[in-house]
Amino acid sequence: MVSVQNITKEFGANRAVDNISFEVTPGTILGFLGPNGAGKSTTMKMLTGFLTPTSGTASVNGYDILKEPIEVKNRIGYLPESSPAYQEMTVLEFLNFIADCRGFTDLEKRTARIKEVISLCHLENVGNQTVETLSKGYKQRVGFAQAIFHDPPILILDEPTDGLDPNQKHEVRKIISGMAEDKVIILSTHILEEVDALCNRIIIINDGRLIIDQTPDEIRNEHGNKLDEVFRKLTSSTHNS
Amino acid sequence: MNQTIPVLKREFGGYFRSPVAYVFLVVFLTASIGLTFFVGNFFDGQVASLQSFFLFHPWMFLFLIPAVGMRLWSEEKRSGTIELLFTLPITTTQAVIGKYLAAWLFVALAIFLTFPIAITVGYLGDPDWGVIFSSYLGSILMAGSFLGICSLTSALTQNQIISFILSVLVCLIILFLGWSIFSDLLSAIFPFWIVDALSNFSFTTHFDTFTKGIINVRSVIYFLSLSATALMLNILALER
Repeated sequence: MVSVQNITKEFGANRAVDNISFEVTPGTILGFLGPNGAGKSTTMKMLTGFLTPTSGTASVNGYDILKEPIEVKNRIGYLPESSPAYQEMTVLEFLNFIADCRGFTDLEKRTARIKEVISLCHLENVGNQTVETLSKGYKQRVGFAQAIFHDPPILILDEPTDGLDPNQKHEVRKIISGMAEDKVIILSTHILEEVDALCNRIIIINDGRLIIDQTPDEIRNEHGNKLDEVFRKLTSSTHNS
Repeated sequence: MNQTIPVLKREFGGYFRSPVAYVFLVVFLTASIGLTFFVGNFFDGQVASLQSFFLFHPWMFLFLIPAVGMRLWSEEKRSGTIELLFTLPITTTQAVIGKYLAAWLFVALAIFLTFPIAITVGYLGDPDWGVIFSSYLGSILMAGSFLGICSLTSALTQNQIISFILSVLVCLIILFLGWSIFSDLLSAIFPFWIVDALSNFSFTTHFDTFTKGIINVRSVIYFLSLSATALMLNILALER
């Protein structure tokens, strides 16, 4: 359960996120939509504790992001945009580091979990390769493996399929929808078909403000059939100005 | 506090995963031994001591330690891994201390690897081992203070070159305060007590007591508190 209350982030005079509130319950795959620079990543970075909100707050399974950041971080798996990882480490070394940080002290459990995550993300062939030598698709999967490592109840994915080829996209979507049942998944994307294929709830952000919070069906009933036309109609004001 | 361990382990291993560690160790050992023999004229002294070896440490550290410390935070910022690190269940303090200790451990290893020179004086004559021990201790403590400053400056920028130059500059100023030529120059302008107070802030003033074989509590506290202050500012710079 994620609950966001009047969260706002200002960078100098620029208000990147403006008073956004919403709640997400388990079983939801929430699609975070909006043009570039709308405030999607900033909102996600605040939820994961990387940025501190200027005002407002949020809670994750009852833990406040400002008061108990470590408890929040224990419950969130986060895939940052462009999935950064330590380049000089091999995939196995990197996952071992994540296991260390996530408190997997029992050697048996840890080895089992690493094996499990590697097979789930199809990383079997690159375990001993350093991250810098991997293709974009593999790097993304390493980021994904890192995010789901501790089997978190909340997954926050910033453009999880960005830069992948169609097969890889399909693969990642399959993994995401396979995990959805009892989790809260929040993902941002530019790809509208992805929202259609995956999400059961959509939030559209424009200019830092939340302008739509509905299910895909509700949006269709209200605004017409084509999701990309709806998107353009609702967010075009920034492009004209 | 146990969360500092994974950060420390990863950072320390990081030196050896890239050529950085090997290049640094070779340069450090060549420079420290080379300076002792060719500039310090080790043999001409005819004394079984490591005076001419430790004499150069502050000046060698001035350039070599920023080379180790410059990547600490600037590299995390440049590559974006800082976002990963700070969304793992690790506090800023734990991350800062973990990375700092890893770098310090690495530099301490480099200093330790100069032990053949100690064995050499032991073979050639009858040195005062107490002095050699206290000098090594002073050298490692001083390296820690240099590193604290480097860690702080690398948190201020994502550019390693800027981080390097800033560290060298700050360390140079702190070194100069205790350099006799510099303090003579200052004493021409300022009253004696100001010059004396300033030179108390210098690395060299405190390091000198160690190379004389004295483990002065004040000097130990000086180095440790300088590192601690730098790291505290480092944490503030990252949480900003």
